[in-house]
Amino acid sequence: MTDHAISHGRRSAWLAWLTSETPSSRMQARCVQWFLGWLGLARNPLAMLGLAIVLVLIGAAIFAPLLAPYDPLAQDLTRRLLPPGTAGNLLGTDELGRDILSRLLYGARITLYVVALVVFTAPIAGLIVGTVAGYAGGWVDVVLMRMTDVFLAFPRLVLALAFVAALGPGIGNAVLAIALTSWPPYARIARAETLTIRNSDFISAIRLQGASPLRIVIGHVMPLCLSSVIVRVTLDMAGIILTAAGLGFLGLGAQPPLPEWGAMISTGRQFILDQWWVAAMPGLAIFTVSLGFNLLGDGLRDALDPRSGR
Amino acid sequence: MSAPLLEVEGLSVRFPTRNRVVEAVRNISFSVGREKVGIVGESGSGKTMTGRAVLGLIRPPGIVEARKMQFDGTDLLALSEREYRSIRGNRIAMVMQDPKFSLNPVMTVGRQIAEAYQVHTAASRSEARLRTLEMLEAVRIRDPERVFGAYPHEVSGGMGQRIMIAMMLIPDPDLLIADEPTSALDVTVQMQVLAIVDDLVSQRGMGLMFVSHDLNLVASFCDRVIIMYAGQIVETCKASELHKAQHPYTRGLLASLPRVDQPIPRLSTLTRDEAWKTEPGVDARIL
Amino acid sequence: MPASSDTALLIEHLDVRFGKHEDEVHAVRDVSLSVRRGESFGLVGESGSGKSTVLRAIAGLARDWTGRISVDGDDLGPKRTKAFYETVQMVFQDPYGSLHPRHTVDRTLSEPGRIHEVENIDERVNELLRDVGLGPEFRFRYPHQLSGGQRQRVAIARALMLEPKILLLDEPTSALDVSVQAEILNLLQRLKAEHKLTYVLVSHDLSVIAHMCDRMAVMNAGRVVEEMTVDQLRRAEPSHNYTRQLLKASLGYDRAAVDALETFD
Repeated sequence: MTDHAISHGRRSAWLAWLTSETPSSRMQARCVQWFLGWLGLARNPLAMLGLAIVLVLIGAAIFAPLLAPYDPLAQDLTRRLLPPGTAGNLLGTDELGRDILSRLLYGARITLYVVALVVFTAPIAGLIVGTVAGYAGGWVDVVLMRMTDVFLAFPRLVLALAFVAALGPGIGNAVLAIALTSWPPYARIARAETLTIRNSDFISAIRLQGASPLRIVIGHVMPLCLSSVIVRVTLDMAGIILTAAGLGFLGLGAQPPLPEWGAMISTGRQFILDQWWVAAMPGLAIFTVSLGFNLLGDGLRDALDPRSGR
Repeated sequence: MSAPLLEVEGLSVRFPTRNRVVEAVRNISFSVGREKVGIVGESGSGKTMTGRAVLGLIRPPGIVEARKMQFDGTDLLALSEREYRSIRGNRIAMVMQDPKFSLNPVMTVGRQIAEAYQVHTAASRSEARLRTLEMLEAVRIRDPERVFGAYPHEVSGGMGQRIMIAMMLIPDPDLLIADEPTSALDVTVQMQVLAIVDDLVSQRGMGLMFVSHDLNLVASFCDRVIIMYAGQIVETCKASELHKAQHPYTRGLLASLPRVDQPIPRLSTLTRDEAWKTEPGVDARIL
Repeated sequence: MPASSDTALLIEHLDVRFGKHEDEVHAVRDVSLSVRRGESFGLVGESGSGKSTVLRAIAGLARDWTGRISVDGDDLGPKRTKAFYETVQMVFQDPYGSLHPRHTVDRTLSEPGRIHEVENIDERVNELLRDVGLGPEFRFRYPHQLSGGQRQRVAIARALMLEPKILLLDEPTSALDVSVQAEILNLLQRLKAEHKLTYVLVSHDLSVIAHMCDRMAVMNAGRVVEEMTVDQLRRAEPSHNYTRQLLKASLGYDRAAVDALETFD
């Protein structure tokens, strides 16, 4: 009983520390801010569902070797095209007798790899281009934004096709193509935000403290643009996954026998009428993960939007 | 004095939030006759919410409660939203702080005013136009024909506020609720706008509820003053006797004003007493 | 106006324009002022009179100006130097807009120290908070946790971080309630005495100017229409009709006076 009371006391002490109105250190102030943001997000059940789906995806990718019952590449022609629910093959098998569940789990790795690579390139490039253009103005703005327009003018899938056609098919080139076509919207968002921030009094104030433009852009403008970019990235994630799957489906992304979800649908297409599960299972996976990112993005928008005045 | 134009008894406005209920207005009673009543208070005192509650503009989740809210024989509490709409703008009008946000940016000023007139009367188009031009002249706009055809962004702030007043006054309301109508304006323009409202009250016998934070202005402009603090009425008096106010809050506010006419070494600051929040409010009705 | 050794700020024939060609706004026209060391100088006028633009030109926030601005006897060029920012600082009108919404009070206050490589930033921040009447418990709060008056105190503390000699105050209390205004005005007067500051205070409110300043200039439509001492104002001796009208209007509503109002362009 005393043990319980102590752990309860410790818990509420933590809670008090995390919700303190008067933090006593920089670290605590930041933690409180994060915690309040988290509370805002946690209030939204759909966002939590989205977060759960994303966490499951990450979990599946990390623990694929432990979770998968079979080797995703192991063929067994005696067990071809078994329907879902067959003993040992929960989601059935494909035309080469490979276990679909195992392939989906390993496929999560590829999906996550694509997503992670795009996330760590395109939004950062967009943020830098947009804030610099917006803050500097003048000819810098004109040059950077015209460049952005050029990239924006190409439909994503078409440009990606051109890149892959030129560089050869493969997952790496697919990621490169997606990254190159997805940064312009982030640059536009960041620039628009920067233009409204640029003339505010707190920027005038820091200019009056003698801060260099670099310090202002990195320390003062970017943090305010960040939340809208993060929200947009989360919402775009579905599109990125679909583009990757689309390239896979067209045979220009991940190459067989890699268990990429788009490529899996592509091969399943041949059996769609009689053995629907071969195409439907990866389709369902793409659908669920896209939905998860979308729900999370919506929730983040509500929780992070500075205009909602938390 | 005959029955007041507006009589409010025991009005409360509450906003439930996640953790608690915010009591914006707490059990206040007041009346407005055919006179200028000033409601003064600092931000968060509930003065704006009082005006909005009378107009039926508090939206859910906000809760409005009152024992009585009677306007010229009509029980406002019993009105449906539809019935409220026929009173709002027609018999009770409201002028807000910033005219730029209240005017439709893609419609000429004249059409907006004329439309406000046509909604409440069965007037023809040419009749409405004529009345509009008259009204613009009444609010001392020098070139009413030009302003009639202008868009809101083409007029200055002072002009915009005069246009708003013309629009609100064209249906000839009995009660005007003005929420900080002049605080965005320069002092000289402010005086001109107030003079227009003043004349309307004295000539047409309109009632005015003047919500403001400016003690000096209310004291010199209104007939009667209601002072609000933390959602309650702490004091009420004749405007001309505001300098004799008794409540420590009112006295504190008056003392904290810098003065043009005499040097003050140090302004006195207000020490808020927690007891002010719990003491019973003052009934500001004159029946 | 010759610059003598006790002149903190001298402005001669200042013109400020915004925009280009037909859209050009001539916001400030041929303004000359001199502010003595240690005095409080008021700039009063209605919106659009150019009073805030004069401050922004001094601070370097309005770029297209011509004429002469000199601080402590040194003429300012188009670019401001680090030394300038250590001499002149500014407090803005809107305390809700002048603090970065995502930065703690601590970061807002210590940043100027970091830019100018001040030593003992930690101590300075605590000292400044105490100076402006905020306890150490405010140090790690965000602006949205502060009231308007508290935010303005933070903004004042930030302006004092570099120990400037001249403080430009742009309507520092017009967004605040009167009781909070009194606290901030008292604070500004105490800080002025303690830190031997020179103030240039812009306001539309004659009573604030009269309370705070020694001398003042009245601006209308970009020009200075009158320069006088606050004592003259108190004795109701303005010589220009515009000032007289402003004074009359600031004393309260007077139906009879309204009809006598003139427009000045």
